[in-house]
Amino acid sequence: MHVAHLSLTDFRSYPAVELPLEPGVTALVGPNGQGKTNLVEAVGYAATLGSHRVATDAPLVRLGAPRAVVRVRVVRDGRATLVELEINPGRANRARLNQSPVPRAREVLGVLRTVFFAPEDLALVKGDPAERRRFLDDLLVARTPRLAGVRADYERVLKQRTALLKSAGPALRQRGAGVDLSTLDVWDAHLAQVGAELLAARLELVATLRPLVSGAYDAVAPAPGGTALDYACSMGPDVEPATGRDELAEQLLAALSAARPRELERGVCLIGPHRDDLVLRLGPAPAKGYASHGESWSYALALRLAAYTLLSADGGEPVLVLDDVFAELDAGRRARLAALVAPAEQVLITAAVAQDVPEALTGAWVDVRDGTVQRVR
Amino acid sequence: MYEGVVQDLIDELGRLPGVGPKGAQRIAFHLLAADPADVRRLAQVLIEVKEKVRFCRTCFNVAEAEECRICQDPRRDPSVLCVVEESKDVVAIEKTREFRGRYHVLGGAINPIEGIGPDDLRIRELMTRLADGTVTELILATDPNLEGEATATYLARLVKPMGLRVTRLASGLPVGGDLEYADEVTLGRAFEGRRLLDV
Ligand SMILES: Nc1ncnc2c1ncn2[C@@H]1O[C@H](COP(=O)(O)OP(=O)(O)OP(=O)(O)O)[C@@H](O)[C@H]1O
Ligand SMILES: [Mg+2]
Ligand SMILES: [Zn+2]
Repeated sequence: MHVAHLSLTDFRSYPAVELPLEPGVTALVGPNGQGKTNLVEAVGYAATLGSHRVATDAPLVRLGAPRAVVRVRVVRDGRATLVELEINPGRANRARLNQSPVPRAREVLGVLRTVFFAPEDLALVKGDPAERRRFLDDLLVARTPRLAGVRADYERVLKQRTALLKSAGPALRQRGAGVDLSTLDVWDAHLAQVGAELLAARLELVATLRPLVSGAYDAVAPAPGGTALDYACSMGPDVEPATGRDELAEQLLAALSAARPRELERGVCLIGPHRDDLVLRLGPAPAKGYASHGESWSYALALRLAAYTLLSADGGEPVLVLDDVFAELDAGRRARLAALVAPAEQVLITAAVAQDVPEALTGAWVDVRDGTVQRVR
Repeated sequence: MYEGVVQDLIDELGRLPGVGPKGAQRIAFHLLAADPADVRRLAQVLIEVKEKVRFCRTCFNVAEAEECRICQDPRRDPSVLCVVEESKDVVAIEKTREFRGRYHVLGGAINPIEGIGPDDLRIRELMTRLADGTVTELILATDPNLEGEATATYLARLVKPMGLRVTRLASGLPVGGDLEYADEVTLGRAFEGRRLLDV
């Protein structure tokens, strides 16, 4: 698939901008702070309903404007779909598909798929487990949009259960055993049920990714690495997670009941997929804390490349976005990454200086300066 | 800040659900500009509604007498009881004409984030109603969202020892939704296809 047209109103620094695009490579080039990343961020938003840079929507709306609008025309197998999103910070976003309103913005997920490479990706390797969970969950939703609902439900159950733990803990300490914990049982059951669905999907995804990441690492790094992915589960290393969803729910329920005294004491939910991690191994050691800067970059690229391979294999090749990544890489990684992404149906690149765009990725050229875009080649 | 009574009005309006500070200001200035007779009529119904309308002592639906019309109606089947979150859900279900039993209005759903637990809902009153054995089927028609589901599960577990037939509205209702917004046909079908809740 590819994006044929991007149109923004009051998104980030742009009061209004129109950017026609074509299949193949397009480089967006211009000095720092001119609005290159803002353009590709909007493309990413249309695909995921989220930004790769910020966790909330407010910064996406131009300062002083009440709302932002992102319009993207997506062409897949020769058929065009117009995705329109109205971003209303603090309220529900509104969405339209081919001019018809959809009941929820979530319904546009899956129309456009992107794989987004950015300088922030280094945090996939060096950062907190939350970064890696997000990588997995974003990929799950890109493959199976229905899981966006499961993910949202899980976050909601978790908030409710945490609120209850926070109030039940002190009550228990004050009044002793007389406190009724039967509502906690109910939330446990819901957490286990929704959590098991998310967990089952993640476990399956990690198994599918394992060989793809390993292959991608060896293709992009100067030397084969021997990578391995482990899924570290909140239920502890002694629990071998079951494969079926019902069995997983039983396991979670048992782990919740074992952890309950500690949870009540601390007022936090200690069991569930929100406490899991995707452990990236490189040779004998975990990459986090052991891998060199260059190795960490290779790993981050390998994760994104694996996501690209997987989404392409599902059908509907994703649009590749490379935001400022070449500037971060040494000559070898730069050349190998360029060769790997060059055959994609559409590649969008941003760079501050022309020299940062590898020769293998010569294509269309758009000058971005002071909030205006101009096609120069 | 505005002076005295104008600000008081804005503050009072701002405490209503769904009205933010900006909206409160808009309504306040609309009222200031409106015809005095219109405003007097509004004030009058506000006072009247508080004087005349109260909650049914049996089911906690809104009522103009001690008991609501449904509780007073001898043709309604006393053996089937439908539990809903709010009075507006009673209105939505009555529109379907599918249901001939009686209601119990909880006054909300379990929601720890908002500090609402079972003791804040009319669950004790529900248990009292169930105690004499008249009711043989309990339909849990709380909203098809997370809090509604949790409340249904809680109630199903609570009444389990009583051996009632406990059912939950069939899916087909949009998940994450509000009962009152479901269209009549969907809601009607959900009643026909209600399923036994096994906890
Ligand atoms: N909500 C907003 N309202 C107005 N301007 C904004 C908003 N968010 C970001 N900006 C402006 O957008 C500019 C940054 O744009 P962007 O991140 O796209 O730059 P860039 O061209 O990618 O630069 P670099 O080469 O440094 O990565 C900044 O000048 C910033 O002040
Ligand atoms: Mg940038
Ligand atoms: Zn009544």
